[in-house]
Amino acid sequence: MNHWIIAPVILPALLAPFIVLVMRHDLRLQRIFSTGGTVALLAISMVLLYTAAHNPPQVYFLGDWPAPFGIVLMLDRLSAMMVALTALLALAVQLYAIGSNWDARGNHFHALFQFQLMGLCGAFLTGDAFNLFVFFEVLLIASYGLMIHGGGAARLKAGVQYVAYNLVGSTLFLFALATIYSVTGTLNMADLAVKVAELPPGDAALVRTGAVLLLLVFAIKGALVPLQFWLPATYSFAPGPVAALFAVMTKVGAYATIRVFTLIFPPTTAATGTLFADLLLPAALITLVIGSVGVVGATGLARQVTFAVIGSMGTLFIAISQFTVPALAAGLYYLIHSTLTGAVLFLIADLVLKRRGTDNLNELRPPMAQHGLLAALFFAGAIAMAGMPPLSGFIGKLLIMDATRGADIVLIWSTILVTSLALVIGFSRSGSAVFWKSHATTAKKLRAAPKPEPLAFVIVFALLTGLALLTILAGPVMDWLTATSAELFDRTAYIHAVFPPAKE
Amino acid sequence: MEILVASAVGVMTACGIYLVLRRRTFPVIVGLAMLSYAVNVFIFASGRLAIGLPPILTDQARGYTDPLTQALVLTAIVISFGMTALIVMMALGAFLETGDDNIGMEADAKESTQKPGTAE
Repeated sequence: MNHWIIAPVILPALLAPFIVLVMRHDLRLQRIFSTGGTVALLAISMVLLYTAAHNPPQVYFLGDWPAPFGIVLMLDRLSAMMVALTALLALAVQLYAIGSNWDARGNHFHALFQFQLMGLCGAFLTGDAFNLFVFFEVLLIASYGLMIHGGGAARLKAGVQYVAYNLVGSTLFLFALATIYSVTGTLNMADLAVKVAELPPGDAALVRTGAVLLLLVFAIKGALVPLQFWLPATYSFAPGPVAALFAVMTKVGAYATIRVFTLIFPPTTAATGTLFADLLLPAALITLVIGSVGVVGATGLARQVTFAVIGSMGTLFIAISQFTVPALAAGLYYLIHSTLTGAVLFLIADLVLKRRGTDNLNELRPPMAQHGLLAALFFAGAIAMAGMPPLSGFIGKLLIMDATRGADIVLIWSTILVTSLALVIGFSRSGSAVFWKSHATTAKKLRAAPKPEPLAFVIVFALLTGLALLTILAGPVMDWLTATSAELFDRTAYIHAVFPPAKE
Repeated sequence: MEILVASAVGVMTACGIYLVLRRRTFPVIVGLAMLSYAVNVFIFASGRLAIGLPPILTDQARGYTDPLTQALVLTAIVISFGMTALIVMMALGAFLETGDDNIGMEADAKESTQKPGTAE
């Protein structure tokens, strides 16, 4: 067994209590250890990425209990990719939080951050449905703490809403798991894949109910209409770097959907058929429309970014709902792109807010410190999010459109193209309100320039460079992602990793 | 037995959903607790109802009841207990900061223009 598979869970799980217990009064030590931990996590994730690329899916039996009696972790290309993406984003966000002094505005930022990473990595690596629930809870409870980091009445209020919404989601998750367990008698994902395929027709209705409940839970996490209401308030009230980290949290919903509905309930299943594709596609299209309408109508910069994130989840779910190898590969490319873009826009909105003093687009303010630089950064981020050339959003949307030339081509293409135009309009409106109209005010500079934050700007530049690299290396990345999605649809390798076929 | 368990789950879920849809935080939290009780009983029932049977097989046992659902319920109880404690603390914090325990954010869009904690 390859023990590196458990490392992304163990490392933050040990580091977080260590930070709380040993160095809770010393911010500098916290920063050093927490950043060191994230760098180590990134290194481990690179090792896992390399291992997964050169091997079939690998299994890790926790406590060496044989499946399906014990919990298993699974490493395949998709989970390795998600862990690497999380580690990369986490390092950037953490350095930004240090550079902009966000981590000093409340206690235990770094400990909560590490717990959040533990939950994220665990959710991506686990091969057990109930364990997935447990890791969801770990990442949620850490996110509750991070969301209200820094305090304040509005933030606490938005936090209560967020927690209440997600507690209902957790309850629904348990109902779904119990329903599936009552039919199949197992919660190991590979075992479920085998059992669901050979289910007697009499049990089909019950397992369909469980699977649809599960889809609803993942739709809550992935902010899919009509379950997206929690996202705008949560993300726009959360601290900037935390909102940037949350950009990967909506992707947990997308990841879980991909995993469960390609492995356990693929469209070839007799009991469920194409039910999920039929449910996902309209929901995804409406999500994209609502997101872009929100971008056009938002009155605040951070709020506008939250709607752009919702719209990008819609685009991603359109690709997932096709359940074909090229569409899923395109969706995964768009997933990487939209995670980085969402994060970079949240960070820029945070920088603007700090200098401008207000997030409102309708209030005129005089030019702020580093005006031109921020305008250029926002321009680049908006181009990436709207899907205009030359950045990766364009390639991502192009790939998705190329892969959806099926029966629904008119509907999908027109929705993607019209909403892209809406995004362009919305972002040009906010960009001109924030950066151009400020020159029209007669007021002199009201706010003193904040302390220079070189590290924060470097991080924003680094993330944009990452987007540029993703654009330039689109060919090799797509080759890798096509192999990844082919591996997802070839379920035998995954199942045989957990249950080795009997030797003749 | 089946009727009793099923109606208990149904009634608790219905009460929970009704309370969760209220406007103030206290009924919402009670509703969430109610929902978690309902789901705990539901998980318990998903391992099939068996009376007077041991969860661990021995030579004398006539049969057994599924031990796994009991472990799942235990995990679910611990998590929902922790989560309820957390939301009580957050709701208290929000109540003390804002002076009302309304869960809605009517002035949501307006308030977002001035993020908390960003003023120097």
